[in-house]
Amino acid sequence: MYGFEALYFNVDGGYLEAIVRGYRAGLLTAADYNNLCQCESLDDVKMHLAATDYGPYLANEPSPLHTTTIVEKCTQKLVDDYNHMLTQATEPLSTFLEYISYGHMIDNVVLIVTGTLHERDVHELLEKCHPLGMFDSIATLAVAQNLRELYRLVLVDTPLAPYFSECITSEDLDDMNIEIMRNTLYKAYLEDFYRFCQKLGGATATIMCDLLAFEADRRAVDITINSIGTELTRDDRRKLYSNFGLLYPYGHEELAVCDDFDQVRGTMDKYPPYQSIFAKLSFGESQMLDKAFYEEEVKRLCQAFEQQFHYAVFFAYIRLREQETRNLMWISECVAQNQKSRIHDGIVLIF
Amino acid sequence: MVRMDLFRSEEMSKVQLIMPAESAHDTITYLAEIGHLMFKDLNPQKSPFQRTYANKTKRCADMARKLNFFQDQLVKAQLVPAVRPLTDADEIDFEELEVMVDNLEVELLEINNNSQKLQQTVNELNELAQVLQKTGSFFSSAWYETEVRRQSGVMSRSSIHGEDRNLPLLLEQEMQTDPSKHGNLGFITGAVSRSKFVTFERIIFRATRGNMFLKSDAIEQPIIDPATGDKIEKTVFIVFFAGDWSRIKITKICDAFGANRYHFPEDAREQRQMISEVRTRLVELQTTLNVGMDHRDNVLTSIGYNLDHWIVMVQREKAVYHTLNMLSVDVTHKCLVAEGWCPVTAKPKIQDALHRAAFDCNAQVNTIFQVLQTKESPPTFHEVNKFTSAFQEIVSAYGVARYQEVNPGCFTIVTFPFLFAVMFGDWAHGIVMMVASFYLICNEKKFESKKLGDIMEMVFGGRYVILLMSFFSIYTGLIYNEFLSVPFSFWTSAYQCRDPTCSDAHSAGLIKWSYNPYPFGVDPVWHGSRSELPFLNSMKMKMSILMGMTQMNLGVILSWWNAKFFHNKLDIWYQFVPQLLFLNALFGYLSILILIKWCQGSKADLYHVIIYMFLSPGSDLGEDQLFWAIVAVPWMLFPKPFKLQNLHLQKVQGRVYGVLGGSDTDSIDLEHEHDEDENFDLSEVLVHQMIHTIEFVLGAVSNTASYLRLWALSLAHSQLSSVFYDRILLLSFSYSNPLIRGMGLFTFACATVMVLLIMETLSAFLHALRLHWVEFQNKFYTGDGYMFNPLSIQTLVHAG
Repeated sequence: MYGFEALYFNVDGGYLEAIVRGYRAGLLTAADYNNLCQCESLDDVKMHLAATDYGPYLANEPSPLHTTTIVEKCTQKLVDDYNHMLTQATEPLSTFLEYISYGHMIDNVVLIVTGTLHERDVHELLEKCHPLGMFDSIATLAVAQNLRELYRLVLVDTPLAPYFSECITSEDLDDMNIEIMRNTLYKAYLEDFYRFCQKLGGATATIMCDLLAFEADRRAVDITINSIGTELTRDDRRKLYSNFGLLYPYGHEELAVCDDFDQVRGTMDKYPPYQSIFAKLSFGESQMLDKAFYEEEVKRLCQAFEQQFHYAVFFAYIRLREQETRNLMWISECVAQNQKSRIHDGIVLIF
Repeated sequence: MVRMDLFRSEEMSKVQLIMPAESAHDTITYLAEIGHLMFKDLNPQKSPFQRTYANKTKRCADMARKLNFFQDQLVKAQLVPAVRPLTDADEIDFEELEVMVDNLEVELLEINNNSQKLQQTVNELNELAQVLQKTGSFFSSAWYETEVRRQSGVMSRSSIHGEDRNLPLLLEQEMQTDPSKHGNLGFITGAVSRSKFVTFERIIFRATRGNMFLKSDAIEQPIIDPATGDKIEKTVFIVFFAGDWSRIKITKICDAFGANRYHFPEDAREQRQMISEVRTRLVELQTTLNVGMDHRDNVLTSIGYNLDHWIVMVQREKAVYHTLNMLSVDVTHKCLVAEGWCPVTAKPKIQDALHRAAFDCNAQVNTIFQVLQTKESPPTFHEVNKFTSAFQEIVSAYGVARYQEVNPGCFTIVTFPFLFAVMFGDWAHGIVMMVASFYLICNEKKFESKKLGDIMEMVFGGRYVILLMSFFSIYTGLIYNEFLSVPFSFWTSAYQCRDPTCSDAHSAGLIKWSYNPYPFGVDPVWHGSRSELPFLNSMKMKMSILMGMTQMNLGVILSWWNAKFFHNKLDIWYQFVPQLLFLNALFGYLSILILIKWCQGSKADLYHVIIYMFLSPGSDLGEDQLFWAIVAVPWMLFPKPFKLQNLHLQKVQGRVYGVLGGSDTDSIDLEHEHDEDENFDLSEVLVHQMIHTIEFVLGAVSNTASYLRLWALSLAHSQLSSVFYDRILLLSFSYSNPLIRGMGLFTFACATVMVLLIMETLSAFLHALRLHWVEFQNKFYTGDGYMFNPLSIQTLVHAG
């Protein structure tokens, strides 16, 4: 169904859209960040957060606080919000919300598999997993020896199963394999999510496809930069790019043959939306790229709230909260380690 | 003149307190006790942790957390704290309390830690006992079935097809018969949470490629999981497998699923021994645990004595420090400056409190208390008591009155219950409501101290509103002569039948025989007659219009009262006068016609009069009224904006020369005023005035029509009650069977309570609310003030 969302959207989605907009109003503002940056200790951070939506989550934490506690509680808030929305959602919104969590699922799978490879304790690893991407049998991942087993044992039950079709090999797991697996999975996931959003149609499709295309392009750039100087062949690299987005297909061809950061920049300069991102960086500098991309992403996510009657607000809210958690983690780390001079480097202001 | 507390809000003044830093805390505490001062935040730009007393508030928050922890523990231990009245020995100051609370927390945590370890062991043993028992029964049943099968001699192919369940016994048989395989076959027993069991089984199946056998049994009652301490449902499993590789895999899977594995001896004798061992250890541990629990309970009970008092104390401290944080600190750090609002009448009390505070803490310097001149709009404070508070609440829910404007709450006390009763006229229902509200009022003390549910709290809060509503309902019910729609004739009717048998009462109608009308209310003879509805409708509709006109006129007159109080001549001449004229020229005229018709018994058609007054303005039907109404519209619309512009111009012209001579501070003040005035934009004011005018003109029509809801709801109420009475009660009583009668009576009672007493009360309440908020208050009420919210210990304790 194209158009006419205003007519029927509120039947199923109205309540939740109101909820998510309410949640969005609880995101920290620039003024909040300003105050947070002036904190002297983590207790100050807690005191400031007590007046925000995080208040009830931090109220019963005894001092002295740790950065992990703060981050954990913030994530808890996100997870509670997500679960609240998921339980209230009807089709197709519930599927949409589930799609949002698949990304974390992939990350968690990779985390556990890498961890076991390096012989870390499973329970320790489980604590590090993002709670949004948890599934019942996640701990069993440690049993698997190769990708085929991984799939056959555990992942066949999860929603990730269809994404696995491209990376079933009997090779033993190693860091390289896992990283390729992560990117292949992510590629399949993004493409699937993209198709799903297109199927939903209307404003959801327009906005979500735009956001996902940005995500895909960002990943393509990341893959390129990270694979420079590794043994990954150009063809393999080419295979990891998602088959949509602004860079698809010609940009991908060019990215696949890039050998250093400046070549990447050369490629990206041909695309006006990304040119502005790269224009902020000086030549040869790739460290700040992440932050530049985050800033652009946050800008786009905020714009999703400008329109009504579509699902992208849910996606945007979850992403913005995650960004906020990253910000808070950075602030708390800086405060805890007395690195207040660097505090502004890592924050991406949301409003 | 007698001071009317509710008519206008209390006169407030802005005051400044300059207090020495060392006595500031005590001073604020004393002020909080009398609760007449609303402090203003003087450092809004500072974030909470940058303020002077941030550390203290942090300490308070930490103590509140600890006290919360005690309360949680009390709830967890299911102890009801016995609140002991305070003695002098219990009076401790804040520092002592902090130390005490700290010690108690450490002690409690230690006890909890100790008992937690024990508890974990107990839980483990409990689980083990269950596992042993269940697994034992697997083995014994398997053994038993082999025996049976061996005896019956069918132990060949059919068993493989049909009875897969008994495979373990085969395995066991082989295990015993073939020593070479013995080493390869093994089993693991344990317990896993039931919700995960299905996935668990599937994963094991996949991991071993089906080379395993799993048997399970659910534990009936939920048991406590040793790892988390939660009560969950669990399933005991035993899994057989072949090979060491599988053992490693299954062990890993068990760990991943949080399944606890237990060693299970194969030998039956050992099993029994183990079970008995587990039992004895359980008993031992339980006794140790109980001793620990008793100790903890003792500690908790002693905490429980004073916990409530401590919580109040911490809350008070927190509020005081919070207030101290709002004060601005002098550069020398020797004194604090507070600004705030207080009612003018409360000044002596505040000064008294300040003196006492200074005296009690031996301060060398008294607190300086002075009144500030300000242009800020003061907060609104209505002195209410428990009777008027609910009514004031009704008004404030719409908007807090602007400082000193006429407060509709004063009129609401009477008009609200009255309009409600017009819609709810039935004296039987009124009596039931009155009894209910009397019950609430008589048990006021008891209910006040209790925590009530959401709905109950609302009903209790509005108990005096309900009381008045029920009084008025009884009154209007008597006038309508409604008693569950049973007609009551207290006096002789003015009508009687044409012939003595009275057979034609409902067909041919009655004749009027007496010129004395029925002395009070509606003649009961109308009840059930053919013309009942037309008669009642006509009466109630006209009555609604009259009441609406009265209330709306009151509203317009109150706007005059406001304008006069604020010396706003413009509003009197260009708003109040044309509004009054417009409203009364059209609908005031209609009301007068209604009254004349009632007095004279004229049969003139009022629809005709009013409609043709508009349709043919030239004719003699009320042309003067229409003329004045038409004149009133431009009168409302045009003069006021132009007058405002004139005033503004005069002000600006007058000032140009005045500013030059002023000192610095003066010019700043004047600049400030400039900002307010310079923004005068004629078109904006005109549009604003146009909206007001249109709203009033259209509102006059629609609001008058809106008052017809009084008639509609009253009609609905009486019709519903007559339906219940006729169709349920009378119908069931036409049968002689007592069962049917009883059922009829029961249904009638339920319907009356649910529909008429609860639902109808709600709907009449809502409509009365609307009539007040929209039709009445939009004539004069701005409602853009803000509430006077003094620092007060009483409200703190209540809120907590």
